[in-house]
Amino acid sequence: MATVEKDSVSGQNTTGHEWDGIKELNTPLPKWWVYVFWATVIWAIGYWVMMPAWPTLNGYTAGYLGYSSRGTLDAELVAQKKGRSAWLSKIEASDVAAIEKDKDLLRYAMAGGKIAFNENCAACHGVGGVGAYGFPTLADDEWLWGGTLADIEQTIKYGVRNANANSRQSEMPKFGADGLLKPEQISAVSDYVLSLASKAPAKGSAGETVYAENCAACHADDGAGMAAVGAPALNNQIWLYKGTKDAIVAQVTKPKHGAMPAWSERLDASTVKMLAVYVHNLGGGK
Amino acid sequence: MSINTEATPYCDDVIQKFTIAAVFWGVVGFLAGDFIALQLAFPVLNLDLEWTSFGRLRPVHTSAVIFAFGGNVLFATSLYIAQRTCRASLFGGSGLGGFIFFNFQAFIVAAALSYVLGFSQGQEYAEPEWWLDLWLTVIWVAYLIAFAGTIMKRKEPHIYVANWFFFAMILTIAMLHLGNNVAVPVALFGGSWMKSYNVFGGVQNAMTQWWYGHNAVGFFLTAGFLGIMYYFVPKRAERPVYSYRLSIVHFWALIFLYIWAGPHHLHYTALPDWAQTLGMTFSVMLWMPSWGGMINGLMTLSGAWDKLRTDPVMRFLVSSVAFYGMSTFEGPMMSIKAVNSLSHYTDWGIGHVHSGALGWVAFVSFGALYYLVPKLWGRKEMYSLKLVGVHFWIATVGIVLYITAMWISGIMQGLMWRAYDSLGFLQYSFIETVEAMHPYYVIRALGGLLFVIGSLVMVYNVIKTIKGDVADEALASAASGAR
Repeated sequence: MATVEKDSVSGQNTTGHEWDGIKELNTPLPKWWVYVFWATVIWAIGYWVMMPAWPTLNGYTAGYLGYSSRGTLDAELVAQKKGRSAWLSKIEASDVAAIEKDKDLLRYAMAGGKIAFNENCAACHGVGGVGAYGFPTLADDEWLWGGTLADIEQTIKYGVRNANANSRQSEMPKFGADGLLKPEQISAVSDYVLSLASKAPAKGSAGETVYAENCAACHADDGAGMAAVGAPALNNQIWLYKGTKDAIVAQVTKPKHGAMPAWSERLDASTVKMLAVYVHNLGGGK
Repeated sequence: MSINTEATPYCDDVIQKFTIAAVFWGVVGFLAGDFIALQLAFPVLNLDLEWTSFGRLRPVHTSAVIFAFGGNVLFATSLYIAQRTCRASLFGGSGLGGFIFFNFQAFIVAAALSYVLGFSQGQEYAEPEWWLDLWLTVIWVAYLIAFAGTIMKRKEPHIYVANWFFFAMILTIAMLHLGNNVAVPVALFGGSWMKSYNVFGGVQNAMTQWWYGHNAVGFFLTAGFLGIMYYFVPKRAERPVYSYRLSIVHFWALIFLYIWAGPHHLHYTALPDWAQTLGMTFSVMLWMPSWGGMINGLMTLSGAWDKLRTDPVMRFLVSSVAFYGMSTFEGPMMSIKAVNSLSHYTDWGIGHVHSGALGWVAFVSFGALYYLVPKLWGRKEMYSLKLVGVHFWIATVGIVLYITAMWISGIMQGLMWRAYDSLGFLQYSFIETVEAMHPYYVIRALGGLLFVIGSLVMVYNVIKTIKGDVADEALASAASGAR
């Protein structure tokens, strides 16, 4: 029942079909559309000839250019390594102390350390080592595990409280949770810690006695801390888990313990060295 | 010429339900999207709760817009169009239609809840676990029966082009859904019945996933919505379709080529080079077949371009085709490995998806809904065409803000990732790129907010239309027209 009509606007004939009032013109395919389509097809065939393209029973067509993305990556890595080798070989050959003494090596290590720090460390310690709740600030001169270049390198290499055999290890007793101290003793010692922090120790208080008997072994009589066991200084206003009475009571009762990966398991030796130099020079290195 | 002598009793109550559901899920999906956009700009909005974290809400957004909004639009329009262009009432009637409707809505709610509670296959756009997948399979087969049954009892000798696209969509989605969800419940190995793992592992899993993922875009969001375009553009323009021949050629070229394009999502990965080559070359060959739909959509307006000035519904439809043309050029371009090495994993991808999703899929849906609502509820026109125009401009400004922000932040991100300093070290760390993107995340969220506001204008307009109200300005123009 098809009735072909001529459309007055376009001059094209309809196909004669009609659905719910919709008709269709029999306009030929636009020439440019056909040409561009064939151009993409020809380009694709050319690409197949040059590059790995079609699977076969036991492999694939490798292509005229012999391209492989793995090969390209290898070549790029080699080129990259070669570009850096002049400096990196010196870093590899020097220990961290020597790197810091050489002005040029130091500048190089600071540049390499910065990007390595921002990619690997900044997630916890913040860009520039500003720190965060539970994650120590690295830009000040307060150090949990020591602030000399060697200490820092050791900490980065083996980390803190992880499974590595050389990891730094220590654990503060759960004075409250394990019933070592009574709640009123914990309260008293927390008050004493606050007095230590404000440089005005409450001499003769109940808290002082508790502190001397339980805390001083690690945190020292004057609250200066002890880097060998990662015991933080308590005689300043720098706090890992906040410096309010409640926070100190919570920490004495059931301490939180931070952990850090052993970066020598993930990064190469040169990068660890550059990181140590970078962190040492963030502001508070000893 | 065939003249419809006896009125066919169309089954439209189901279409009404799907239409309302589409509007509802649209707003839900847009809101969810804008909320997670704000989470990216202001992470505190994760609320520190597992249920409201970005990782769980993101699939709620994508499923809500693609499957809940897009799916209900496709159900509504395809079953409406099939009945009209076949002059046949819906196969299975309200019974089968209602079965599809209620099961699909319940499925959506169950899927969204499962994501929020932490159940996921971990495959993009295929997050629902195996027990939900089986349910969806039943719904989809019911849909296939309703659609194919309607086509089979048609009173027209030929099958209209829109129905080819819907049919291709239904069959291919069925194949993709089954192929990408071959999963084994861990209960068989002594674990939970709720959790499963795909039988494919490693790069095979990645490849089936992106074979699925890209063709979900190709067949659900492209072929399906081209079906919508092929009916509503000529209807609204009151013009014949530009070229029947083009519709045949671009249909077959599109469905043949699209299915190969998935590997372009896996450039420079463990996927073998030859598969990457095929994905890229087929994506480029797909450019013209995609544009065939754009040409047919735009050129159908020849002789009716003046309608763009007077009819905001036409404006939605035509802009959607323009956005379609833009994204189907951008897509093949981004599939080229050299371009992809810059664009991949950046916000450029997000911008590309949204120029297609907001500009093409949502706009053609809005145009179709504004056409459908008055027809389904027996009104002459929408409550207020002026508000349709308001929706159009608010949403357009929203899209432009969204995609330009993502282009800039995406290209910036890609360039920062690959920048080396003179010593051969990376110039920027990841966290610095995140910091640099913050302003663009804010702009993107603002664009999304405009899109949400536009959709709320549509909700108001739809409610007023269904109630039978007519805005003052429509009365005035009707009066002046009468004079």
